Amino acid sequence: MKRRTLLLGAATGLALQLAPHVYAKRLKATMALFYGEETITVGRVHLKTPPLAENGNSVSLVVDVESPMTENDYVREIRIFADNNPVPMLASYQFSPAAGKAGVATRIRLSNSQTITAVARLNDGTLWSGSSETIVTLAACVDPLL
Amino acid sequence: MKTRISIPATAKKGDILNIKTLASHPMHSGFRRDAIGALVPRDIINRFRCEYQGQLVFEAKFGPGTAANPFLSFHLRADERGNVVFIWIDQQGERTEELRFLDIVDDEY
Amino acid sequence: MRSAAASLLIVIIANFLLPAASATVPLTNTLSASASASASASASASAPVASRAQSGYHFQSSDTQSLQDDDFKNPGMLWVDTGRQYFNDATGSKNKACASCHKKLASSVATTFPKMNQHLGAVVNLTTQIQHCRSQHQQAEPIDYESETALALTAYLANHARGQRADHHVLAPPATLKQSVEDGGRYFNQRRGQLNLSCHNCHQDSVGKMLRGDLISQGQSNGYPIYRLEWQSLGSLHRRFRACDIGVRAQPQALGSDTYINLEAYLKQRGAGLLIETPAVRR
Repeated sequence: MKRRTLLLGAATGLALQLAPHVYAKRLKATMALFYGEETITVGRVHLKTPPLAENGNSVSLVVDVESPMTENDYVREIRIFADNNPVPMLASYQFSPAAGKAGVATRIRLSNSQTITAVARLNDGTLWSGSSETIVTLAACVDPLL
Repeated sequence: MKTRISIPATAKKGDILNIKTLASHPMHSGFRRDAIGALVPRDIINRFRCEYQGQLVFEAKFGPGTAANPFLSFHLRADERGNVVFIWIDQQGERTEELRFLDIVDDEY
Repeated sequence: MRSAAASLLIVIIANFLLPAASATVPLTNTLSASASASASASASASAPVASRAQSGYHFQSSDTQSLQDDDFKNPGMLWVDTGRQYFNDATGSKNKACASCHKKLASSVATTFPKMNQHLGAVVNLTTQIQHCRSQHQQAEPIDYESETALALTAYLANHARGQRADHHVLAPPATLKQSVEDGGRYFNQRRGQLNLSCHNCHQDSVGKMLRGDLISQGQSNGYPIYRLEWQSLGSLHRRFRACDIGVRAQPQALGSDTYINLEAYLKQRGAGLLIETPAVRR
């Protein structure tokens, strides 16, 4: 029994070692779909989701973008992507300089373990991004609605 | 639809306020099945707006990927005293509007 | 990316090899030695009491716990708000609100259930009592056990007693409740369903162990009605019982049935010392 669990654990671990390559490919495809050939620079966007979510129905998400939020320098929009969800774009948030800070906290749905990415567009048209990885665990028993 | 709004009643001019909202809505994604296996059709709030001084401060456009009973926390820079308007619009176009008065107090009293 | 994968690897292997360490679960909501002694003394011989009652709160992730702790963000509070409104709204042909009769409602009301209702000649829980009040005293349309109205009112009244000991008088039950507690205990220990499991097998024998992605809790009832992330709404204890029964492939009982009310009475005794947390948030 112990040997079997050890092998199972090792196999899962190996599968996870391969996973980053799968994650990266999927993320690239999603970004290409929404932003085409545009350059997205990694930085300025701080995205936080828990490393482990015990239920995919409600996962906390906090995103903040470094920006003075003045008339000349502000964040116009932040879009959140979950590339392994049935609908990859979770939400888009628009800001005006009157917001004072470009940041949102909310709760999202994740259908699977995946990378969540936030892409911010500044008023000068440039794109910045940040990501976070979350593992989603499944419930033990199937719970039918009532 | 029940809503909860957390916003300070008073602020100093220039303060950046943290505003929180919660709305009661099942946000049916359209991907879940009911007790007999039929798909529950999509039924979501797909837009939230916060307006202040007649201008849009913050807007959220949701897909089915936002959790049920949607929670939002965002920011607003206090400027002149006036109403802050919160608007939720669901996919049928039905609007729920709430108003909160923001009072600006002076630094020197 | 590599270090993240390495830490994921460690997490998965740890999950498979080690039973989830119960030492990591903080025991902050437990009985003192003297209290547990008196609890076991008054417990009937056939009803074992969890040796150190722990709320399901301690078996949730920190994200879920923080959702429960924040009264603004806790979605269950939406039902509490609605319940407060319903409590004060006049309804029915007599145009009475709950508040019309219950002018000064003791905050501890929720802790006194389940109890014997002499007029009905049956043991009722808070929800079935509300249903009865609604149709009999308010002469209003009867409400379903798991309806929004019933849930909201139950949540409001249970939340009213938040922080108080859930078990109140169940520890030294009057003769009228003793049979109910015993029957509930028998149900708790009885194997059932295709999987041939009893509540005891998981919630007593396997507490702290992993069942797929779930950390098995003691199955306590002090947070109900709860906002369950799986349901994405507030739900009752009986709904959770049905889910467990279906989970072991047993025939589920009806919401508000005597079987489940008895089980509820037994769980309260078993969870002696726990404080009401309604509306709790659970996965």
